[in-house]
Amino acid sequence: MTSTNTVADETPATAAGSVSGAEIRLDGVTKRYPGQREPAVGELSLTIPAGEIVMFVGPSGCGKTTSLKMINRLIEPTSGSITIDGEDIRKQSADDLRRQIGYVIQGGSLFPHMTVGRNIALVPRLLGWDRAETRQRVDDLLDLVGLDPDAYRDRYPRELSGGQQQRVGVARGLAADPPVILMDEPFGAVDPITRQRLQDELLAIQRELHKTIVCVTHDIDEAIKLGDRILILKEHAEIAQYDTPDAILAAPADEFVEDFVGSGAALKQLSLSRVTDVELSRRTTARVGELTSEVILRAQENGDNAVVILDERNRAVAWRFLRQLRRHEKVVGGDRESLVTVDQRATLNDALDTMLVSGHGGAIVCGDRDRYLGVIDFHAVTDFIEQVGEA
Amino acid sequence: MTSATQIEAEVEAEVEVARPRARRINGEGIVELLALPVLVVIVFLGYLWWRDSAHLDAIESSSLNWAAVRVQTWQHIRLTLVSAAIVVWVAVPLGIALTRRGLRRAAPVVVAVANAGQAAPSIGLIVLLFIWLPSWSGFWVSVLALTLYGVLPVLRNTITGLQGVDPDLVEAARGIGMSAPSTLRRVELPLALPVIMSGVRTSLVLIVGTATLATFVGGGGLGETLNTGITLFRFSVMVSAALLVALLALVVEWFGRVLELVLRPRGI
Repeated sequence: MTSTNTVADETPATAAGSVSGAEIRLDGVTKRYPGQREPAVGELSLTIPAGEIVMFVGPSGCGKTTSLKMINRLIEPTSGSITIDGEDIRKQSADDLRRQIGYVIQGGSLFPHMTVGRNIALVPRLLGWDRAETRQRVDDLLDLVGLDPDAYRDRYPRELSGGQQQRVGVARGLAADPPVILMDEPFGAVDPITRQRLQDELLAIQRELHKTIVCVTHDIDEAIKLGDRILILKEHAEIAQYDTPDAILAAPADEFVEDFVGSGAALKQLSLSRVTDVELSRRTTARVGELTSEVILRAQENGDNAVVILDERNRAVAWRFLRQLRRHEKVVGGDRESLVTVDQRATLNDALDTMLVSGHGGAIVCGDRDRYLGVIDFHAVTDFIEQVGEA
Repeated sequence: MTSATQIEAEVEAEVEVARPRARRINGEGIVELLALPVLVVIVFLGYLWWRDSAHLDAIESSSLNWAAVRVQTWQHIRLTLVSAAIVVWVAVPLGIALTRRGLRRAAPVVVAVANAGQAAPSIGLIVLLFIWLPSWSGFWVSVLALTLYGVLPVLRNTITGLQGVDPDLVEAARGIGMSAPSTLRRVELPLALPVIMSGVRTSLVLIVGTATLATFVGGGGLGETLNTGITLFRFSVMVSAALLVALLALVVEWFGRVLELVLRPRGI
């Protein structure tokens, strides 16, 4: 209890760098449903280290979701015990327990009759935070997940796109700053590009917050990308392998894991290498409101045919060709939401995908809170692959 | 050149487009909502004109005198509103109970009973209750009969509405730590409200029509004038009363629609 309270008091800024997550331990956890001979989850024991992202993967019906839901007691285990930070989860009421565990579900599962702000504020209000504190928290979280608080706070979920709804879902899961966050196929309902973006954002958030995140997915690529560790389950939640992505790719425990990881293990290394591993190229940048003529001159000196436009918070809002710039006397902003970028923690695989969409033969790379870092281009990736191949 | 413009278009294409703002009502809905009262007013003005210009004999003018009609209309409205209020007060909690775990299995049985209540001839129900409950006033016997008669739509819609709430949302509510009663109050009921309210409207319209029968047990209402017209064979009285009941029913229906709209949570 005490540890969760201190965690709740910390703002994301002060928590940066330190581990705010809690260790989760499952010991011989079994779930049997009446009328079924085989248990849904049989004797599952594992330790989830504090501050790590652990991905549960496996074929459908393997009990990964059941295992997840037993951690916040949406499903009560038949036998075995689960502890969070050393405390048995049955010590307090299920409702109290759940208020200290973030829960993020596929599609966001936002309440359609509440505004975005009220959706996020639910858990803080349940925990008795005062109004001003809650309002500040809602705005901070919207900002954290890349939505402008003034534009989105009072909107209703159906006014948002699928990706935006999912972002709000993540914000709601983080609302009370819980040490543990459970995610059930969080990005399953959005298109591939949005999914990649959301994954990048999650990694960026985790870089700041260091929560313990348990995430269920059926997508091994997502698991490799997001997971500090991956738990691969067979039927009845039998552990096939529980290890880091590198170790699983390098040495699959058995044929089941090999099949599950797939044949392209060499190419999957692209999913392990991050954008930060590659040298970014510098491109001409411009501020919103600058004189177009000066910007174009600068770009021509650098030999660039396009310019990255930044807003006052150093976030890229557009990437325009010079001929597009010439239409206006001063540099105009763009809709940041519609600009496709990759996070510095994104995998090279994702970066390649993004480059194909962008039309610039490269992709804008951004860091924490969408700060612009540079551009990754196709040559950099191919050079990197060659280097790795030679090594 | 085409490829260049194509790329340009792609660069400027929006990846994620926010959807338009949610509104309670659109232009078409407003027209629909305004048409009904306008129709009622026109027909009522037509009736006033006829009432003013027609030659009525002594019986006709005494039964159609405005003081009497006003009293009966008020009795009629009171019967309707009191019955409807009791219907909501009984049927909604019952519907909630029948969707909770444990009682869920009883739901079909209770709905079948309510169904039978509605299938029974309403005149028979009123008279039977009058005989069974000799100490009750005509008003309350009528209210009881109308309540029994009007329970079904609200009960059925409460059950349907609550069952129609996305189970994922209920699980999400529980998963973030809302208690079961809080989930019911803040998630399930608001989401089921549009369906429940349409049941309330159906029930209101049913009750306002059936309340005409209250006159047979001394419950008052516009049925009195209608009955006078029938027994004394005064066509003008009969039609006048029928017309007033019909107009009242339309007004009640309209009231139900407005209520539905006002209570509908924004965002859904």
